[in-house]
Amino acid sequence: MTYPEIYRSIIPFYAVMVSLIAALLIMLSSRHANLREFWTLAASIVKFSLVFLLLPGALAGRIAEYTFWEISPGIALALKADQFGIFFALIASGLWILTSIYSIGYVRGLKEHKQTRYFASFAVCLSATIGIAFAANLLTFVLFYEILTIATYPLVIHKETKIAVSAGRKYLVYTLTAGVLLIAATAWTYRIAGTLDFRAGGLFGDASFSPAAITVLFLLFLGGVGVKAAVMPLHSWLPAAMAAPTPVSALLHAVAVVKSGVFGVVRVVGFVFGPTLMRQFDLNIFLATVAGATIILASLLAFRQDNLKFRLAYSTVGHLSYIVLGAALLSPASLVGGLLHIANHATMKITLFFCAGAIYVRHHKEKISELDGIGRAMPWTMGAFTVAAIGLAGIPPVNGFISKWQLGLGSLQAGEMLPLAVLVLSGLLNAGYFAPIISRAFFKTPTVPYEHGEASYAMVIPLLVTALLSILLGLYPDLFFHFYRLAVEVSGGILGGIGR
Amino acid sequence: MIQNSPALVPLLLLATAIAIPVLAIKKTGVAYLVAVAAAIGSVAISAYNMFRVWKGGPLTYHFGGWMPPIGIEYVLDSLSAFVALVVNVVAFIVLCHAGGLKGSDISGKSVPYYSLVLLFLCGANGIVMTGDLFNLYVFLEIFSLAGYGLIGIGEKQAPVASFRYLIMGTVGASFYLLGIGFLYIVTGSLNMADVRDILPHIHGNPAVAAALSLIVIGVGIKMAIFPLQGWLPDAYTYAPSTSSALVAPIGTKIAAYVLIRIMFFVFGVKFVSQSLPITDLIAWLSAIGIIYGSVMAIAQNEMKRMLAYSSIAQIGYIGLGIGLANPLGYIGAVLHILNHAFMKGALFLVAANIRKNSGHSDISKLDASYRKKLPWSMAAFTLAALSMIGLPPTAGFFSKWYLALGAIDKGNWVFLAVILISSLLNAVYFFRILEKVYLVPPPAQKAGEDLPAETKNREGSLIGEEKYSLMIPAVVLSFSLLLLGLLNANIVKGIIQRIIPLGM
Repeated sequence: MTYPEIYRSIIPFYAVMVSLIAALLIMLSSRHANLREFWTLAASIVKFSLVFLLLPGALAGRIAEYTFWEISPGIALALKADQFGIFFALIASGLWILTSIYSIGYVRGLKEHKQTRYFASFAVCLSATIGIAFAANLLTFVLFYEILTIATYPLVIHKETKIAVSAGRKYLVYTLTAGVLLIAATAWTYRIAGTLDFRAGGLFGDASFSPAAITVLFLLFLGGVGVKAAVMPLHSWLPAAMAAPTPVSALLHAVAVVKSGVFGVVRVVGFVFGPTLMRQFDLNIFLATVAGATIILASLLAFRQDNLKFRLAYSTVGHLSYIVLGAALLSPASLVGGLLHIANHATMKITLFFCAGAIYVRHHKEKISELDGIGRAMPWTMGAFTVAAIGLAGIPPVNGFISKWQLGLGSLQAGEMLPLAVLVLSGLLNAGYFAPIISRAFFKTPTVPYEHGEASYAMVIPLLVTALLSILLGLYPDLFFHFYRLAVEVSGGILGGIGR
Repeated sequence: MIQNSPALVPLLLLATAIAIPVLAIKKTGVAYLVAVAAAIGSVAISAYNMFRVWKGGPLTYHFGGWMPPIGIEYVLDSLSAFVALVVNVVAFIVLCHAGGLKGSDISGKSVPYYSLVLLFLCGANGIVMTGDLFNLYVFLEIFSLAGYGLIGIGEKQAPVASFRYLIMGTVGASFYLLGIGFLYIVTGSLNMADVRDILPHIHGNPAVAAALSLIVIGVGIKMAIFPLQGWLPDAYTYAPSTSSALVAPIGTKIAAYVLIRIMFFVFGVKFVSQSLPITDLIAWLSAIGIIYGSVMAIAQNEMKRMLAYSSIAQIGYIGLGIGLANPLGYIGAVLHILNHAFMKGALFLVAANIRKNSGHSDISKLDASYRKKLPWSMAAFTLAALSMIGLPPTAGFFSKWYLALGAIDKGNWVFLAVILISSLLNAVYFFRILEKVYLVPPPAQKAGEDLPAETKNREGSLIGEEKYSLMIPAVVLSFSLLLLGLLNANIVKGIIQRIIPLGM
């Protein structure tokens, strides 16, 4: 593997800014709904194109970097579109296009209030997400991470009901506390290492630590990024945040926000501490234990939820820890599997949330026990649901299988049997909590017959696209976006410690 | 004229303060205009001073041509020029806002009021620029007496609050005077640079330690360091809107500046942190003050009172930065003088707008109708609140960032925890208000009921706020916080780091 070549480019900056500017335009055109939605769509397409433009270079080992200025003496506000950043940015910005289309169908279908605030906050969230993906150092990361926290808040409390407001409070308590821990960890890291630039293989160099200090530092980091990654016991804001409108749950609470958390975990494990330190102080074992426990517990808790979105939320908690587990195992295949699961879980879970939203808009059903026979009324929607559910259980040919396969392989490479057992068990549990939904939907007769009907095209088409994407990525993981190649490169970088 | 620029600001303000009662003898409206003109002038001159210092290094000015240590010396280095500029800019913006208020809470007293405002600013500028310990005392008294007047002119509890402040403040000033008396006895000089050079030879003398203790206690009262903060909440709450918006961002900061100047630049870092470890004491008291102020702020039900307690906590940040006595803590403290002046200024201006709009600023009575009535003020409030909580990229984050780095450098994890926990406490009391303003629906209007008077007489403004002159200053202060945050490294490197006290 060769050292990547760094070149200066303003594209990462544009990719971050485009939705921030769109947010302003959205606010200015609050009285013209169509124009406002045009800005959202235009920004999402431009954003995705910009990220996609950076992909060929990254695959060829050329990395775009953009430095603004110093924001603290010695620390610059800097963006760097490395392979890992592009990987995450592609997923987030690509799915934003679909979510935008879906959102328009959703909020118009429900005649939601304060749509301007909704779309503007959404755009700011995406800016922050891309900023997190491209952050070249920890301080830039913290900056965008906190912006994401605040920008998500108006979306969580969007409905302005008592439940939404208390969910908002819970969300803030968890995420602001996490932010504070992350700031402490960042400051401490800076004092120890003298730098905050992410480096594949770890940024500490040969700084020396006492075991107690490094454990505390790692726990601070884990508290900081673990809340958004919903690692147990820091997860309980996520089910509460399901009070938000469904497109928010779909993109933010299955993709952008929570994946920023796991993205952060991987950054911390692979680019701050690095495999050597992780192994030397047994931090990887600790992390793997937490992740494994989360996977099993979350899957068990998912069984108890009758509210469809809540069940999906607990399922998300479990699947996020797959990624954390992949990072913790620190073997080539486990990292590839973990990274791929960022993409794969995204397409599958967003499909499921899209389906839940479509059911809610069309038939106003939220509970699983009310879904008897809905598959006959909404065949396309429930078909997509089935595909994604199969994928999450890890059954081929859907993409969930690929990441699980790699993770299993990775745990064998690491010489551990227990993670493999956890994965197998979790697959069964996943099948267990999704099967009743599917069987109710297709095989039970509804008590009150449904009037036949899917939701609007704006909602059905995105969910079919994501379901199709899940299958395609399952058959050919390197399709279009080269997720597989990117994942292999990132994994090689972290374990090889190539220094960039 | 130009080379006299260090002396011009206090002189200009003093002259205009005295001139106001004469000029405004026929038309009281003139008082305000003169005050604004003087504020513009002092901003311009202090900006010019800052530029000169930035370009050519420290400036000194000898009054009447008398050489120090006999004569009075003015010293403008990048610390004093910087603090003076901050004070004048914030004062100017607050004065612009005062025009919109039309003196509703100082009716009939506007002439003496604006005269007092200029005296207050004159005192502040003099304190910052002077290089003479006794001259500092003189300006401190001008500053404080004007401050008592500014506060006492307010609502009916204000005179009592002001009297209490007067007692405490006079005790503080007397302590300070005693302190420099001791110094004068042992050094025979009042010039700061001179005293600094003499002190190392007589460090063992107990009078020096006594002087330091007396000065720190005296200035600590003015600065409202815990547990000397008792006068502050009432004073800020009952003062007229403009006074709180002036005194809160400027008053305590000036005292903080005096503490930095005398401790680090006269006594020397080594003496205050090792020979007589008074910095540790300040740091611990400040840490307690941060938590105390934040918790008390949560308990308040009146916005100005809440902001007052929050000021006690924020002063704690500055005190903590001073107490850390290392470069990063020092940077954090000086930067927070700037950041907090802007944040608190913005918040008090919004509180003033709420009062002007509805006659009260009770937090429990706030609801979403205020966002509709004051959309921009509330946006300004939100941004300033996020900065108080310390979320990047606002300015407030960076003060905390440097303080956190300083605490880690010192190896004191308690201070780090205090800085971070107080962020969360700030979040509690600010989100409590934001939640109400954005989410609690107003009580339903009864059918046939008239619209409130103030909605009717709206002056047909474009963006829904009653008056631009009330909205723009708050918005300017709070949106500057983004700029100050993103560009803070320039301020730190170009100004603050140039004059890190020796021996840190």
